[in-house]
Amino acid sequence: MANAIKLVALGLVALFAAIAANYARDLAYMVNALVIMLVASVMFVITLRKTDEDPVTRDLSSEYMDDVVRYGVIATAFWGVVGFLVGVFIAFQLAFPVLNFEWAQGLLNFGRIRPLHTSAVIFAFGGNALLCTSFYVVQRTSAARLWGGNLAWFVFWGYNLFIVLAALSYVLGGSQSKEYAEPEWYVDLWLTIVWVAYLAVFLGTIIKRKEPHIYVANWFFLSFIVTVAMLHVVNNLVIPVSIFGSKSVQVFAGVQDAMTQWWYGHNAVGFFLTAGFLGMMYYFIPKQAEKPVYSYKLSIIHFWALIFLYIWAGPHHLHYTALPDWASTLGMVFSVILWMPSWGGMINGLMTLSGAWDKLRTDPVIRMMVIAVGFYGMSTFEGPMMSIKAVNSLSHYTDWTIGHVHSGALGWNGMITFGALYFLVPKLWNREKLYSLSMVSWHFWLATIGIVLYAASMWVTGIMEGLMWREVDANGFLVNSFADTVAAKFPMYVVRGLGGVMYLAGALIMCANLWLTVRKAPAVQTANGLVPAE
Amino acid sequence: MDTYSLLREFADSWMLLSLFLFFAMVVLWVFRPGARRTYQETAGIPFRHEDRPAAASAPAEAQAGKDLPK
Repeated sequence: MANAIKLVALGLVALFAAIAANYARDLAYMVNALVIMLVASVMFVITLRKTDEDPVTRDLSSEYMDDVVRYGVIATAFWGVVGFLVGVFIAFQLAFPVLNFEWAQGLLNFGRIRPLHTSAVIFAFGGNALLCTSFYVVQRTSAARLWGGNLAWFVFWGYNLFIVLAALSYVLGGSQSKEYAEPEWYVDLWLTIVWVAYLAVFLGTIIKRKEPHIYVANWFFLSFIVTVAMLHVVNNLVIPVSIFGSKSVQVFAGVQDAMTQWWYGHNAVGFFLTAGFLGMMYYFIPKQAEKPVYSYKLSIIHFWALIFLYIWAGPHHLHYTALPDWASTLGMVFSVILWMPSWGGMINGLMTLSGAWDKLRTDPVIRMMVIAVGFYGMSTFEGPMMSIKAVNSLSHYTDWTIGHVHSGALGWNGMITFGALYFLVPKLWNREKLYSLSMVSWHFWLATIGIVLYAASMWVTGIMEGLMWREVDANGFLVNSFADTVAAKFPMYVVRGLGGVMYLAGALIMCANLWLTVRKAPAVQTANGLVPAE
Repeated sequence: MDTYSLLREFADSWMLLSLFLFFAMVVLWVFRPGARRTYQETAGIPFRHEDRPAAASAPAEAQAGKDLPK
């Protein structure tokens, strides 16, 4: 019966998608409709072929649901490499404009694939990392199997369908031009459905937990899921022009729209890239160091301080604009206060190693996690500083901002994710240890030096650019034209691109190492609940 | 008074105060007597159920806190 309903629903979705593709008013919408039609048809066939089989009714409650986590690990590594590769390409497009090929105008020029890069690294790489680590962590710390049966699979495949739809749409010109919120209305609606399912799986698992307390990592994951739901819905309040087209009209207008966008944008940083990844930190660093977190009290204060402060910091993206002065001062003040809980969290992560500092010499995985926390501390110092109006008047609109974002994203989010992947793969595929620790060391140094090249070149070019823009001669005329700054930035752009190449090379070494771990490393000889992949 | 001014006035007085008090209470609560033992147990959660979920009927080993690494 359930299968019959499923078949009817999938058939209807495929039919409507076909109609939508036929009546589509723009290319992005048509291609997305075709993708949905294809996915629904394939799922229809798969469901149909399984209709006669008896469903497996084995009791699974004494096993963790790890196959969805395994898929998540693979997706994280895959999207990471894609995102870094696109990033390297657009970095060189900025240095060498000829890479905006004439034959690919309107498809592969910088403006079209820059959002592809940001979404690929934040939502595809970071999002899949958050999905799989949160599913892994919530099961272990609740001592319970994921709630909702196959709902976790829906979340995983649904989220990755969202990524594919968004990516295709960007390249073909479907974008509502809101930074980090580019997907059009129908993609947003799909993400909302997936996200509610994600919340249900996560919360359901917490509710049926066997541990009396909710471990702090789950607090961070839960705040990330809830807040992102709120941000996503409010920032994407739009009225579609047509049900058969991707264009839509924003409900907010003018400065209200700008403020809503950066309330969303900054809290995407605060809750997607910070709170969620702090959840990873509070689980994987204690596990890898084999010591409980340094101060559990500090972790609770860290959590609440972060929650109460982050939500106000958005206006610092709109200094010296039409936004009222009081609002931008409020954003600045809260950003500066935010420095304290951020460093509290950093200290908590680092001090977890106290008494085990020797592991830094022998274990490159923990080295990776520690440098991630180090970069977290560095970028959460740099951010508040840049939010001060006087500093912002120099730094805003320059490459310094891009450097700041990347020291956070490559240093903190990237490195902690790599550390988590190195921890997870041997566990999930039942292997004794990683294939090669020296490959981890190579990855570590390539990534670290890559970030240093990236951040340093962006500091130099950003401050230079800011100073050139404001330079006036004795008569009060501006000295430099915009093109002068572009020409002066060339060497730093090349250095930045090389930093990206090194970071990408490190990620490729990681993929090889993880692949070889699954294929070649000796298996653990125990009869525990883990099911081998093959 | 229009909605904006009303909400604005509420936000920067009573709402601000209540959020601040909630946060201050959290900090005080964390340092309540006896919290150290509770939090030591909670901090040990990641080290308990690595391989499989807790058995349905067994009481959580958590209560004794005996699996805590030293």
